[in-house]
Amino acid sequence: MIKLATEADAAFSSFFEEMKGQGATGLRQAAWEAFAAKGLPNRRVEAWHYTDLKAALGKPAPIASAQAGMREIARAHDSVRLVTLDGVFRPDLSDLALLPEGVKVQSLREALAQGAPGVMALVASADVQAEDAMVAMNAALMQDGVVLRIAAGVTLGQKIELATYVSSQDVQSSFTRAVVVLGKDAKATIVETAGALTAAPAQDNQALILRLAAGAALDLVTHVSGQSDKLVRVMSLLAHVDEGASLSSYALVEGAGLLRRQIFARLNGEHSKVALNGATLARGRQHADTTLVVDHAFPNGQSRERFRNIIDEQGTGVFQGKIVVRPHAQKTDGVMQSKAILLSDQATMNNKPELEIFADDVQCGHGATCGRLDKDQLFYLMARGIPRYEAESLLIEGFANEAFQGLEDETLRGFLLGRISSWLAARSK
Amino acid sequence: MLEIKNLHVSVGDREILKGLTLTVKDGEVAAIMGPNGTGKSTLSYVISGREGYEVTQGEVLLDGENILELEPHVRAAKGVFLAFQYPVEIPGVATMTFLKAAMNAQRRSRGEEELATPELMKRVKEAAAKLGVSQEMLRRPLNSGFSGGEKKRMDILQMTLLQPRFGILDETDSGLDIDALRVVSEGVNSLRAPNRSFLVITHYQRLLDYIKPDTVHVMAKGAIQRSGGPELALELEERGYQEYLGEEAA
Ligand SMILES: Nc1ncnc2c1ncn2[C@@H]1O[C@H](COP(=O)(O)OP(=O)(O)OP(=O)(O)O)[C@@H](O)[C@H]1O
Ligand SMILES: [Mg+2]
Repeated sequence: MIKLATEADAAFSSFFEEMKGQGATGLRQAAWEAFAAKGLPNRRVEAWHYTDLKAALGKPAPIASAQAGMREIARAHDSVRLVTLDGVFRPDLSDLALLPEGVKVQSLREALAQGAPGVMALVASADVQAEDAMVAMNAALMQDGVVLRIAAGVTLGQKIELATYVSSQDVQSSFTRAVVVLGKDAKATIVETAGALTAAPAQDNQALILRLAAGAALDLVTHVSGQSDKLVRVMSLLAHVDEGASLSSYALVEGAGLLRRQIFARLNGEHSKVALNGATLARGRQHADTTLVVDHAFPNGQSRERFRNIIDEQGTGVFQGKIVVRPHAQKTDGVMQSKAILLSDQATMNNKPELEIFADDVQCGHGATCGRLDKDQLFYLMARGIPRYEAESLLIEGFANEAFQGLEDETLRGFLLGRISSWLAARSK
Repeated sequence: MLEIKNLHVSVGDREILKGLTLTVKDGEVAAIMGPNGTGKSTLSYVISGREGYEVTQGEVLLDGENILELEPHVRAAKGVFLAFQYPVEIPGVATMTFLKAAMNAQRRSRGEEELATPELMKRVKEAAAKLGVSQEMLRRPLNSGFSGGEKKRMDILQMTLLQPRFGILDETDSGLDIDALRVVSEGVNSLRAPNRSFLVITHYQRLLDYIKPDTVHVMAKGAIQRSGGPELALELEERGYQEYLGEEAA
């Protein structure tokens, strides 16, 4: 039934043996079977055509274990922070005491150990793992993370950060999962941070599951960064957006090694809205892949995808976006746009937007562009005395910032724009 | 002083400027008039340093220095300013950010201290008020969604702030309404000074009623065909360009 051939398969199989006793046995078993049926994604799998994960994960590193020492982790903004470090949720590094009213937090490890069916239903990802082997692997091997629930009707005044870092000097694999549930009409801003405090080439598989009940509204601000050019990171965002609920996501991806960010967004009720925005910065030999599927399953939904890629040196960017409109999802309104700027002759961008429409009364469109900086714009700026490098930086910054125009939180916007400026300042002249 | 000597410029295989010679003295306002497609904008781009033009012969001297090998921002630092026929929209760049970058780049190149934001804002607001550029326009991304006339005003606002030594106005009057034409012309007139000169490209006498030129030059077939005083513009208004086009017109 399960064929395990390669060294990698054997290693993952031993990880499963290690993890399957850690709660949620049935859920893990089903996920493992889903993974084993598919195996590590290779380039023949359409959704992974541009990202050769099988090659990158040829030698899986041992499963991460908690780092003993306390660490101070610098703060980038004023959020209530929940830290998962090297695969383990760390109450000692988290601001549990500062959590606002109406918010409940439990570690995933504890939730899995208790196995309450209601909670397991929130944690599960059966629908997506049938499609994607890396989500299945995450479900089979998940070590820890956070289950965060925001009660119905609550509007959070404070933003909450889910920070997931790798820090070990040893090369390790980590599998973490966070679940964020917004009750009916709840409103919140969540920051998702995926970082690296080490230059060791970690292998990181993270999932974030969002469940927005009817009328809920969530701003999700994601910041991804790393240190090693051998870091391999797969981040999966699974969003379930119920009737009248709205998700706005803003992601800044600073390339590091191989990164795959995948989004599976399902508009699960009428009049729901999803806006996915992102900017990706890649240079060196970095590979940054954003792949998303927006699934309109009900009528009158709206989705907007706006992605900006800035690729320098020998970097590679990938954008694959698919809007699916199911037969009943009439009056769907979807617009997807992906633009890329290549800053060097060796930079590569693979841009693939797609529509799969099975309803007849819809308004959907997509556009993808890829090019160099606009010469006329550059000349205009230089003709005003702005030196070439600075003029280019202004244009690149402006281009990237387009992804964050809708973000209302000034602090977070400032933080993201500051990161973009720093990235540009490090660009070679 | 700007001296253009026997300038030949090609785009691809096509020669557009064919031995153009023109001198604009300090303090002078020189007007260029000429038929569509004759190379007026090409001349303004070549002076300001846009890519894509091949200078096959001749030179452009600013105060005796040939500027043709210099990058556009270096020419700007030396005082060349082009008010574009078609100013470019730059949707990602905030107008104030741009103005700050431009003004401070210029100050750096002169070895002056950068301006602090409040002082800069004050100068921008004052100049904007004079030119009828609204606060709302200043808050928008550069030229983004501006009407044709609004873009022209924004260019003149930049010229006012940057105080160039040699300003080129490429059909600044096109797209301006009657009131705007007056306001913008007053803006230009207030910049007239003994050490500052202008090249005003236009199709219409109307602009020259406001910005009174010292010299008028007829450009056709890629070169200056005739030069004279303000009366030449009136004559052109009457008679058109036929006599300068020679066989090409036939
Ligand atoms: N990049 C280019 N490629 C090909 N042809 C060009 C290019 N730039 C200019 N030309 C041609 O050169 C000629 C001169 O153009 P230019 O824009 O300088 O004319 P102009 O005198 O400013 O005209 P107008 O009065 O209409 O503004 C035109 O025939 C134009 O088509
Ligand atoms: Mg022209």
